[in-house]
Amino acid sequence: MPDAVPPAPALWAATPVTLTINGQERLLKVEPWVTLLDLLRDREDLTGTKKGCDHGQCGACTVLVDGRRINSCLKLAVSLDGASITTIEGLADGERLDPLQQAFMDHDAFQCGYCTPGQICSAKGLLNEGQAHTREEVKEMMSGNLCRCGAYTNIVDAVMEVLNARGKLAEAAE
Amino acid sequence: MNPFTFTRAGSVPEAVRAMGTPQARYLAGGTNLIDLMKENVEHPAALVDINRLGLGDIEELPNGGLRLGALASNADTARHPLVMKRYPLLASAILAGASPQLRNAATNGGNLNQRTRCYYFYDTATPCNKRNPGSGCSAIGGVNRIHAILGASDSCIATHPSDMCVALAALDAVVQVTGPEGEREIPFAEYHRLPGNTPQQDTTLRPGELVTAIDLPAEDFSAHYTYLKLRDRLSYAFALVSVAVALRMDGDRIAEARLAMGGVAHKPWRVPDAEQVLKGQQASAENFARAAELLLQGAKGQGENNFKIGLARRAIRRALWQAAVGTPQSQTDKRIA
Repeated sequence: MPDAVPPAPALWAATPVTLTINGQERLLKVEPWVTLLDLLRDREDLTGTKKGCDHGQCGACTVLVDGRRINSCLKLAVSLDGASITTIEGLADGERLDPLQQAFMDHDAFQCGYCTPGQICSAKGLLNEGQAHTREEVKEMMSGNLCRCGAYTNIVDAVMEVLNARGKLAEAAE
Repeated sequence: MNPFTFTRAGSVPEAVRAMGTPQARYLAGGTNLIDLMKENVEHPAALVDINRLGLGDIEELPNGGLRLGALASNADTARHPLVMKRYPLLASAILAGASPQLRNAATNGGNLNQRTRCYYFYDTATPCNKRNPGSGCSAIGGVNRIHAILGASDSCIATHPSDMCVALAALDAVVQVTGPEGEREIPFAEYHRLPGNTPQQDTTLRPGELVTAIDLPAEDFSAHYTYLKLRDRLSYAFALVSVAVALRMDGDRIAEARLAMGGVAHKPWRVPDAEQVLKGQQASAENFARAAELLLQGAKGQGENNFKIGLARRAIRRALWQAAVGTPQSQTDKRIA
């Protein structure tokens, strides 16, 4: 196979992209090969989102794109023009933590904390999806987030608490 | 990643035209392609973003089948009411694969076109005929626990990693494509190919062709099906062996049978004789054993993966029972009934 023909340098020029990041609209110019993860960490200084494996295997880079959880390491920022991104920095309402953040603290759902932003964003996505109801289902649907400290039991406890609280709220509203 | 140009296509013809650029690749969900570009296994000079082509719908076909848009995500497909109700085999297989994050980003067309997860294909320091034709196969005689036991060649023993495709094979799906020479249909059994001496080609797609949809036939096998996936951990791992079974039962007799295996070959593995031998027969251990032998005819281990032959034999029989009695494998509760 012949070697790839390198594109003319003029074509490498950064592409304009509009992203809403944690509620703020940002007009950015990014090179095509910049992943959403690198954009968030290196250009937007949002270092809460972590780079673990950088290959979509660990889940540490999980963020919400239009409310859905994805691995930000495998997404090119240029392909997301117009999207709304929520990172761990965007979950709290001022000083009031998101219920998931509070539950992770209450249940000791981490040790070193490196996977935690990804775990919490993933759990947020799980709640948005509305498919998990039981402990078994939460375990299965959180399997895209690895925790090398092994805090899994407490992570499931934390997610279950928020899930159950939401269930009770919904019941009360009926 | 190496530098490349980026084009956002607004229509199918525009996308196909943009693919005329030398060394161009289509970009859909990117969950496999971006990873391969980081590893320098793939190094396209141009990416054509096809996410805005309006190919994300799932809709009923006049013939009673269902059309899955190529750009619908795996997650949306598995959770679509019509897929869940009518094609639970497909929903089950999709949910057996990857993680929720990956299924949210990955598309149906991309699932078909994902590349093998052979360790050597990913390791650019080693020879690999699929990555670098003519350089040799490091998996033959190497670490090959995850490799093929069927349909392999002296050039390549890689497997196709998809779960979704195993169900699509069993359902006799049809792939709709558009290319520089127009539109055509590819029956699922002909979409992926065996490695032979050109393992660099995973599929029968012609240069520039774009998958636009996957059509499911009207017969959905929603009453008797299962997707049984066996792997090294309970979730978020590729199959060592997986089995999709779809049966149409007439009382306790089998009127129609479909059997497809994943994790064992360069494509989802089906053998017409293994399905034919079940037709008109009772659901019985003897008949299931006979079908398993036919499906595994010619199976050959590579050393570290010899265990797959016995594992596959037992998985096929178990999956046939699950389908026959109407107790499909749960993808949440992993106990195998």
